[in-house]
Order: sequence, then structure tokens, then C-alpha cells
Amino acid sequence: MGETNQTFERINFETSPERYRHIKLEINGPAATIKLNIQEEGGMREGYQLKLNSYDLGVDIELADAVQRLRFEHPEVTAVLVTSAQEGIFSAGANIFMLGSSAHAFKVNFCKYTNETRLSIEDATANSGQTYIAALNGIASGGGYELPLACEKIYLIEDRRSAVALPEVPYLGVLPGTGGLTRVVDKRKVRKDRADIFCTLAEGIKGKKAVEWGLVDEVFPSSRFWQEVEARVKQIAGAGRPDRKGVKLTPLQPELREDGIHYRHVKLLLGPTPRTARLEITGPAEIPAMPSDPSQLGADWYPLRVFREMDDALLHLRFNHPEIGLVLVSVKGDSDKVLQLDAQLQEHRKHWFVNEVLLFIRRTLKRMDYTAKSFFAIIDQGTCFAGTMLELALASDRAYMLDAKDVTIALSEFNGGAYPMGNGLTRIQTRFLNDADHAAAVAKLRGKLDAAEAEKQGLVTAAFDDIDWEDEIRLAVEERASMSPDALTGMEASLRFAGPETLETKIFGRLSAWQNWIFQRPNAVGEKGALTLYGRPERPEFDWRRT
Amino acid sequence: MSFISSEKIPNNVNLSSDRKLQRALEEWQPNFLDWWMEMGPDGFQKDQIYLRTAVSVDEGGWANFGYVRMPEYRWGIFLTPAEANRTIHFGDNIGAPAWNEVPGEYRKELRRIIVTQADTEPASVEQQRRLGYTAPSLYDLRNLFQVNVEEGRHLWAMVYLLHSFFGKDGREEAEDLLKRRSGNPDSPRILEAFNKPMEDWLSFFCFTMFTDRDGKYQLGALAESAFDPLARSTRFMLTEEAHHLFVGETGVGRIIERTAQLMKKDPNEDARAQGGIPLDLIQRYINYWYSTSLDLFGGEDSSNAATYFSQGLKGRFGESSDKRYPNHREIDTIYELEAPVEGGARLEKQAIPTRRAMNAVLRDSYTQDCQRAVDRWNKILQDNGVKVEIRLPSQRFNREIGLYADLPIDPAGNLISREAFNAQKASWLPSEADRQFLKSLMNKPVHEPGKFANWIAPPKRGIENLPVDFEYVRFEPR
Ligand SMILES: [Fe+2]
Ligand SMILES: [Fe+2]
Repeated sequence: MGETNQTFERINFETSPERYRHIKLEINGPAATIKLNIQEEGGMREGYQLKLNSYDLGVDIELADAVQRLRFEHPEVTAVLVTSAQEGIFSAGANIFMLGSSAHAFKVNFCKYTNETRLSIEDATANSGQTYIAALNGIASGGGYELPLACEKIYLIEDRRSAVALPEVPYLGVLPGTGGLTRVVDKRKVRKDRADIFCTLAEGIKGKKAVEWGLVDEVFPSSRFWQEVEARVKQIAGAGRPDRKGVKLTPLQPELREDGIHYRHVKLLLGPTPRTARLEITGPAEIPAMPSDPSQLGADWYPLRVFREMDDALLHLRFNHPEIGLVLVSVKGDSDKVLQLDAQLQEHRKHWFVNEVLLFIRRTLKRMDYTAKSFFAIIDQGTCFAGTMLELALASDRAYMLDAKDVTIALSEFNGGAYPMGNGLTRIQTRFLNDADHAAAVAKLRGKLDAAEAEKQGLVTAAFDDIDWEDEIRLAVEERASMSPDALTGMEASLRFAGPETLETKIFGRLSAWQNWIFQRPNAVGEKGALTLYGRPERPEFDWRRT
Repeated sequence: MSFISSEKIPNNVNLSSDRKLQRALEEWQPNFLDWWMEMGPDGFQKDQIYLRTAVSVDEGGWANFGYVRMPEYRWGIFLTPAEANRTIHFGDNIGAPAWNEVPGEYRKELRRIIVTQADTEPASVEQQRRLGYTAPSLYDLRNLFQVNVEEGRHLWAMVYLLHSFFGKDGREEAEDLLKRRSGNPDSPRILEAFNKPMEDWLSFFCFTMFTDRDGKYQLGALAESAFDPLARSTRFMLTEEAHHLFVGETGVGRIIERTAQLMKKDPNEDARAQGGIPLDLIQRYINYWYSTSLDLFGGEDSSNAATYFSQGLKGRFGESSDKRYPNHREIDTIYELEAPVEGGARLEKQAIPTRRAMNAVLRDSYTQDCQRAVDRWNKILQDNGVKVEIRLPSQRFNREIGLYADLPIDPAGNLISREAFNAQKASWLPSEADRQFLKSLMNKPVHEPGKFANWIAPPKRGIENLPVDFEYVRFEPR
């Protein structure tokens, strides 16, 4: 693929239950079970073994796929039990040797992805009526405890040896990378001093004390463990939703060509400016009438398909194109059709499938917010940045608009609330944080806005006429592509999330600020760093100065 | 629309087919004319001036002479013809093709360089706008206006670059160039030397001798730029700049010549008694304008200068032709100079990386050039039998920018006590009394062809081989 010859193999993010190697998805009426049975020799790369149900990206891709399929393909399911198929061990978390041998950028993207999977679990519980329950039939350590933390309920086996633990600080000199610290105090509301002890106690906490401290919800002795868990799953699942017919998520099967990745509605093209890519999206061609059961529209339905493609493209950008720093986003097509589709979605949003599609779009837009690339929306001839698609421009760091006849943007109902960001606000509210009235007024704007109006309303960064357009865009692109990638990543992450903190913004904020920093420090990855020496006989040597 | 045509704006940049440039100029050109009427030469806009106009880049095309009213002057846009396959010849990008567009990553730096240069052009016109009222001759009056209209054209040349290569920002910068005003505390010109008032003709000649010469060196450094349109534009400006320097050097030289003649005439060798300008006063003005112009080069140790050189934005004077600079990378080389140490207690030899010293390197070539002119002035004194000599002060004297800023350093370059400096300051730099004296001496213009004020000698020859008593300015009835 042109300039991006990787030294590693391309990572593929598409999978399906028949191809799972590490997890088993079982559906039993209203209850589903995800069983971790991670294959030691099944790592994505050579050089490490996935012992003790420890995971790598390949495992998490399967987990994310299962969570996604449960929502779309098994909407009847109302309770999902997450447990382990291995005796005495739930999960030892992210594989340390995998982390130790990975490039920094990969580590960060790995953590980001696993976090998104955990958040999608919470999202399914909160918004899709699929409650996740963790049954810890053995030790749950590090990331192996952070996964249960994303579940609504945590049940731990009481066998005098199974514990929950976050041993990253004492063992590895780094932090739990999947929101563990934040969820312990923010979600489970564990007292600060107890959390402090817990997070510095390598062997973790077991039994009654784990319940007393709020680290798990209940413990059951081995003899009754499964019985008790099943009873609770049954109760939470209730009757399920047998009336719902699932929608099979068919493979996207993008084409890898010389110039980039081609999906049906999305193209991810590399170049021509070095370190720059173009994400070209095509708007809906025709809008089918809404069948009496919207789920009959299936996985080919435009809004689902285009955002699945977009989601996949973002993952390829993150993992397979680390050198790309700037992404130019464009949407071409008929904005009337986009608005028509939005109206249809709006009308039927109470239907589970339509609702799932909207939730998925929301998650994909967040995935864009959390992607460490600069995004410039390019709004020019033939553009259809309208309604839902306009969110892509609002999610971008800058939006440039051609000031010409027929180049317009438009808002729909959905810009006013269907796609909140991680901070809980809409992109319009976040954009106009200084003026809530203006934000409210903008969200109500209907009809087409030309460049002058869009600029006046503050919806685009700058508008240029056809004489200036090419030069201005070229200069902006070249300038952006020349700046420090690290500084830009930090800057964008700081500027994108104005407004209130939420569990989600804290998790990603702490991840990028603390975790990434600690991961780079000699105390972790230096010759005598704790992460480096993990599993070796030597003791780490620290530089004791606090920062 | 009507303003913008190749007929009215001579050019070799395809104006007639360049929509972008036409559109930008349509807005800017009327504002330029407004600015010219408001801030250009005061009191002479209706008169016919014998001026040269550049109408093409062909040999001789840049110097067409004829009478013209200044507001009708045809300010044009010219680039020295392109060199085929020009490559970058200094800095980190040596060997790469020169840029015909601004690379996005150097946009800010290039814009800053161009705006800073551009700002000096209208600034000097503003500074000189009232000098016409006290011109010592029609010949000098015409030269003043020639310099003024060409500074106006230099502004056009720089605005062309802003309009063509810097998009919307460029157009805004071009507008701002017409909004700043020399010496206005609320919106001053960018560089300090261009905010100093110019009330007399000795200052004007010193300015064109020393400050325009800084311009020559800045333009020469930019003529080496990897950004080809900038290089070509400044190269063409240099051809015009030569005349400005001629006006300055010969202007001071003619005053010196006259002073020498008057000294010989006076029993006490007192030029002042004979209605001339005494040499010590001339020396003070030279001290002042030379040192002020040195500041325009920027700090001796400058990271900006290093960046500009390494990126290929700005070279040294003669970088591509001068044998003095065999090393076009200057990565591990050093430049030595006397730098103040211990909080300015003494000067000590210090080395800085050559790239960081590029301002000082450029300043050194400038100083040598100034010295050659001073030598010619001293030859005039010598030929007229005067023993006193004019001296260029040390580069360290009277500086406001760089390593020597605000240090008590005498014209010979020695660090002295603050008290000693203050005690002698009036003998080194122009005083209020000097200004009053010049004002009284230059209180009315000389408008009769071939006649010259008493304090200045006539030139050896006229403009374009015309006689000295040619009617260089035809006044409209007042
Ligand atoms: Fe000039
Ligand atoms: Fe000049």
C-alpha cells in the first residue's frame, strides 16, 4: 500500500464467532455467555504466550465482535455472563510480554481499543438492555479485573485463593491501562484509602473483604458458585425479548488496493501529501421505505453499513497506518437524502434496531474523537455534510468550506442530541461552550447553510472561494503535516473535550496523560525499569525523584 | 475592475490571466492609492516629475524616463526571469528543487520575512513625506520622489507575493501594510528605524546611504531564498535599490564636498560660519544612522537566523556567487565576536555557531560596503585639502538590539563607564541643537533649475545624462 510498507503484518479487525479462537459465545434464550479460553499459542505475534487467560489485541477484537454481535444478532438476549473456561483463573489481564515487546504507539492504541471495548460493554448494559455480569471463577488480575469492572455485576468465587487485583503499580511500575483506577473509585465508589491499598497490593483482595470494600458484589463458595451465579443471571435476564429478530452482521470485506482501502461507501486513500490520508465517504444513494419491521433492512442498510465501514477504517488508520498524521474527511452525495434518512431514523428510533444503529453511529463518532490523528473536514463541490454526516465535520479538528454555489451544509434533529460525545455534551454544545444559547439556536437551524452562513454560525473554521480554495487547503495540510505528531496528539486530545468530565473522559484523559507518560519513563521501560525486568530475577532500580 | 489591467500595471507575472491576483489587487489597489494620497509626498502630487518607470524586465525596460504625476505612476510587478531547474544551494535542503509554491511548513516564517521587508517600503515614504518642502534643488527633489515611487513599487512587489502565495492571510497582511503608520504609537511600523522622524535632508541622505543599504543586504539575502518567487522578486528590486544608495552616498558626499569648500573659504575653516554643515555634525549624523541601521539586521546570536538559513529561506549576501562562502551548510562552524560578559562589565571573545550568527555575517558584509563609501568621502575631503576624516563607528556603538544593546560603548567600540558615555554623548550623536541648526539652514526649497542650496555641492552630472540644470520637476501653477 504505497508509502506505508509496514514491518508488521496488517491487522484485520473483522472476525465472527465461527472464527473465534479465544472466546466462546453461547446463547441460551435470554442469556448469553462469553467464555474466555485464551489459547497460549494463539498470540497475534510471535514472542509471547497468552498464559493464564492473558490477552492481546487479537483476543480483544474477538471480545469486541461478540459484544457487537450480541446487540445486533441477538437482540433477544438481556443478560450476558462473562466468565472463564479455565480452572482457577479468570484472566491475568493484558499480556505483559506482549506489551514489553510492542512499540509505544501500538501499546497506546491497544489500550485505547480495549477501553473502547469496555465502554461498549457498559453502553450495551445502559442502552441496549443487555446487562453484563462477570463470574470470576478464579484470579482476576490487572486487565483481568478491569474487564469485570466494566460489567454491571461482579461475582467472585471464594476458594481462599481467587482474588481480584490491580498489581500494575507494585509489579510493573505502570498503571492499569483499561480504566481500572477510575472505575474502582468512580464507578464502584471504593473509598480512596482502601483503593490505595488495593492498587498497591500485588496479590489483590479476596473473599468477604472484596465484598466489604466494594470491589465485587458478592462472593460464593466453590460448591455453590455456579448455582448462585446462574440464579442471578436468570433473574437479571428475565424473559428476554423473543419477539426481536436479529440482524446478521455480514462481513465488510474491503478491497486493499494500491492507493488504500476501498469499502462500499467509504474509501481510505493514502497521500498525496506525505503523512496524509483522505477518508472519502459517499452519501446514501436511495432511501428504501421503512418496512414494518425495520430489522428487515439488514446489515446493508446504509447508516449501519457506512458507519461500520467508517469504524473499520478508523481502526486501520490507528493500527496499520501509524505514519498518517492528518486525515481529510469528505462526504459526497445528496444532502437531501441524508436528511431524509435522518428523518426516517428519527421517526423509528424507538425500534430496537434503529436504536442500535444510532448507538453504533454514536460509538463510531466517539472512536473518531479518540483517534490520535488530525482530522480536517473538507466541504466542497458535491458535499453532503448534513445531519448525521455533519457530525463528522463537527468531530474534525477543523472544517474548511468552499464558498461556492450549491456547496451547503445542513443540520437535523440528530445534531441536537443523538450523538453525545464522551463528555456527555453534543458536539455543538461542546463547540459553543461559551454560549449555550447560541448552541441551542444552532441546533435548531434547518435548511441549507452556505459557506457565509456556516462561517457566521461558527460551524466551519474558514470559508474560501474557488480562487483561494486549493492554495489554502494545500498550505493548511502541509503545515499540519509538518508539526510534531506528539504535540499534536496531546493538543488535539486537550482541545476536543472541552466541558465536563465523565467517567469516559477521565479514562481516556488519564490514559493519554498518565499511562502514556509512565510507559515511556525509565522507571518502567529503562534497562532497570520494572516493566523491563518483569519475570526476571533482578529487582528494578528506580530514579526516586518525584515529578 | 477598471484599475486592474496589464496596461495600467506593467508586469511579467501574467496578471491578465491570473484571476486570484486580479481579485486581490482590485481590492488593494484603490486602498494603495488612498494611502499614497494620504501618506505619500506632501504637496507635490499634481506636479510633473521626471521619473523612471519599470515597464519590463528586458534590458533597459526597467528604466523608462518621462514626466509623470506621481499618483499616475505605473507601479508594476516584476520578477527577474526564472532560472531553469534552480535548486536550493544552502542549508539543510541543498540540492532539492527550489520551491515555486510556499511549502506549508515554512508558511509562517516566509510570511513573517516578507511582511517585515514589505513594511519598510511604505514606512520610508511616510518618513520622508514632508522633505519636498525643503529640497535643496530640483535635481534632489526629483531624486526624492524617484526613491518614493520605487519604494511604493517595492511594496507592490512584496504584496504580489502575499497575494499570490499566502491566501486569505496574505491579503489581510497586505491590507495591514497600508494601515500601519510610521511613528504612530498606536500602529507603528514594525522596525524601529522606520518610526524615526526624518525632518532634514542630511537625515534623508544618511537614510538612503545607510538604511536603504540595509535593504540592499536584506534583499540580497532573500534573493538567495529557496522560495523562488521571493528570490526573483527581490533580485529585481535590487536593480532599483542601487539608485537609492547612489542618492544617499552622493548626497552625503556632495554635502561633505561643499563643507570642505566652505572650510577652505573661511579664515577659521568654519563651514558653519559660511552657511554650511560642519563636519562634526555630519559625523554625528553618520554615527546615528549607521548604528540605527545596524539594528535592522537583528541580534548577533539568533535562533531565527539559524532557522531561516537551515530551511533555505534566507541566505547570506552573495551566497551563491561569493567565494567567501565555500561552505553552504555551516553545520559545525563557528563565528567569533567580542561579546559582553559579567553583566556587561567587559567584552570577551566568544564563539557562536555560524548558523546562529547569520545576522552578524550579513551585517559584516554591510559594514564593509559602508566603509567603501566612507573611503570615497574621505577622498573628497582629501582632494579639497581638508585633513579631518569621516569615520564609521564600531558596530557595537549605540545599539538598541542584540548583544550590545544599551551598553555604554564609545564609537571606537570600547566599553566605557556610563558617566563617561553620557558626558560625551552629545559629541557622538545628534543633539537638539544640531536639529535646530539644520532646520534653520534648510528653511526653504530651491526650485530654480540648476541652482543648489548653499550647503550642498551640485552633482557631477544629471539624471540619465541630462544636464544638471534640466527641469526635473515641472510645477503646476499653485
Ligand atoms: Fe525598497
Ligand atoms: Fe530603497
